[in-house]
Amino acid sequence: MRLILIFAIGLIFGIGISISGMANPAKVINFFDIAGTWDPSLMFVMGGALVTTFIGYRFVLPRPTGPVFESEFQLPTATRLDTRLIGGSALFGIGWGIAGFCPGGALPALGTGRSEVFIFVCALIVGIFVARAVNTALRNRQTASA
Amino acid sequence: METVFTPIQSLSGGVLIGWAAVLLMLTMGRIMGATGILAGILSPSSSSDLTWRLVFLAGMVMGPLVVMLVTGSLPEVSVRVSTPALIIGGVIVGIGVTFGSGCTSGHGVCGMARLSKRSIVATLTFMLTTGITVFVIRHVIGG
Repeated sequence: MRLILIFAIGLIFGIGISISGMANPAKVINFFDIAGTWDPSLMFVMGGALVTTFIGYRFVLPRPTGPVFESEFQLPTATRLDTRLIGGSALFGIGWGIAGFCPGGALPALGTGRSEVFIFVCALIVGIFVARAVNTALRNRQTASA
Repeated sequence: METVFTPIQSLSGGVLIGWAAVLLMLTMGRIMGATGILAGILSPSSSSDLTWRLVFLAGMVMGPLVVMLVTGSLPEVSVRVSTPALIIGGVIVGIGVTFGSGCTSGHGVCGMARLSKRSIVATLTFMLTTGITVFVIRHVIGG
């Protein structure tokens, strides 16, 4: 039951991404090309998603019994605006502007079977492992100097 | 090259994305971030953790196929950049979302909906750098 529901939620996300245009790099890049062939569609995606989630969370998060299948809500607790957050997000934007895919747009797009999506997702996974290796190296250096 | 302005499809798609985020919080108590879900598959904390993430990913991937069943055609995926650009962009996105702890779905939708200060700053940052990158590629280098 639990897994069927999770599958259905993933499917809703995948359908939403598919019809919204987030899985279409040409449309994504045009959204950011205000000085050129601007396509404001993605503003409607963000608006629709954000308002729906904002309202929905107001009903879900105060539930005294927590989530249905887990004991508690797992929400991020970090509050610091550090260089990691800002530098990482800045890099993400550069990559998004170059390729036109973000992770949430690309993963459902795998279902179209297009080779470009597989190439992007493989590169994305490589990037995640590169960042983890850098993270580990940084941590080891900190431990060594401490 | 121009793309067609699709306010109604985009708004409906956005509302569905929002519903998925709310339902995942209601059932699993989790933020719906594509980065987090993928990262968890690459290094799962337990087998049940891996299972729900893989099932969610399977649902996501089925999305375009359901769209095809209903509308008769797959959603448009128009890639107008070169393969090296896809690879370089993909690696940079992977590094960025790992250090930045999230992407458009995690920070831009779920985090902003929680009014998280970190997510608001992250979203403004990546929207800005994406815009600058597209401007530079199309109008400075490509101009």
